[in-house]
Amino acid sequence: MAKNWWKILSVLLLLYVIIGGFMVPVPVIGNNQQAARSIFFHLPMWMAMYTLLTISVVNSVWYLATNDLRRDVRASSAASVGVLFGVMGFLTGMLWATYTWGGTIVNDPKQMTTAIALAIYMAYLVLRMSFTDIDKRARVSAIYNVFAFALLIPLTYIIPRTVDSLHPGSASSPGFSDKDTAGTIKMVLWPAFLGFTLLGIWIYTLRNRYKRLALKNIIHG
Amino acid sequence: MVNRISVSFFALMLLFVSTALGQDTASAVQQAAGQQNTETGAVNEFFRSNSKIYVAMGILVIIFSCITIYLVRLDRKITKLEKEK
Repeated sequence: MAKNWWKILSVLLLLYVIIGGFMVPVPVIGNNQQAARSIFFHLPMWMAMYTLLTISVVNSVWYLATNDLRRDVRASSAASVGVLFGVMGFLTGMLWATYTWGGTIVNDPKQMTTAIALAIYMAYLVLRMSFTDIDKRARVSAIYNVFAFALLIPLTYIIPRTVDSLHPGSASSPGFSDKDTAGTIKMVLWPAFLGFTLLGIWIYTLRNRYKRLALKNIIHG
Repeated sequence: MVNRISVSFFALMLLFVSTALGQDTASAVQQAAGQQNTETGAVNEFFRSNSKIYVAMGILVIIFSCITIYLVRLDRKITKLEKEK
């Protein structure tokens, strides 16, 4: 139990976020109204996704350096849970956009580049399925993963900031900086980042352990 | 373990269905429409405030709790398998 403290922390934080997210007062601006509360659940999806995909690419590079298959198992588990969180972030964004932007999928740069980034990562998971040789699969997909991560950051973070977009954090609209975010939002949002990221890491460790058990005849130790 | 939980879950569902069937449907519908809201108490008032948005909050809490319980059980099962080898 002693080393599981962060799982308990994650659950407690998320309960706080769910209850606090509905109860704290939020600024009612424009047509966002109470839908502004979606931020407590939409944004942490991306934070969890970035964390997991970073874990994935670090393990891929580590695999290329050591040829240790356990690293490849870690990389693939982290990528698949990362994609799960990315898809959840995209779906919640779609719902939010429907009632504030006036369209589920609009020609908004951030939405489109994020869709491309997610498609690239889904291709990583498909690529993994296409190999029968486990070492070849590990090496080729590790290299692909490095390329995918090199595209993820510009596509989802840098390009949307240089062009006009309906999404906050673009060239013409404010991001979530310290100065223009209400205190009550920050009070719930920061714990939400940590809580959802820890939840994502928990699911990733479960998947990783399951994969290692499934491959225990091939991978030793 | 799994069987025991499935059986108790099934029994719980049966209980829900039988109580729902036994209820006076007309009065339940009337109450749902808010025509005869005689319920009192702090909990009721809280859930009915702000256009009943806290009902949605409660639903999220329930879903999240169930997912958590599921994850904890999965974690324990994997730990058990790991110890076996």
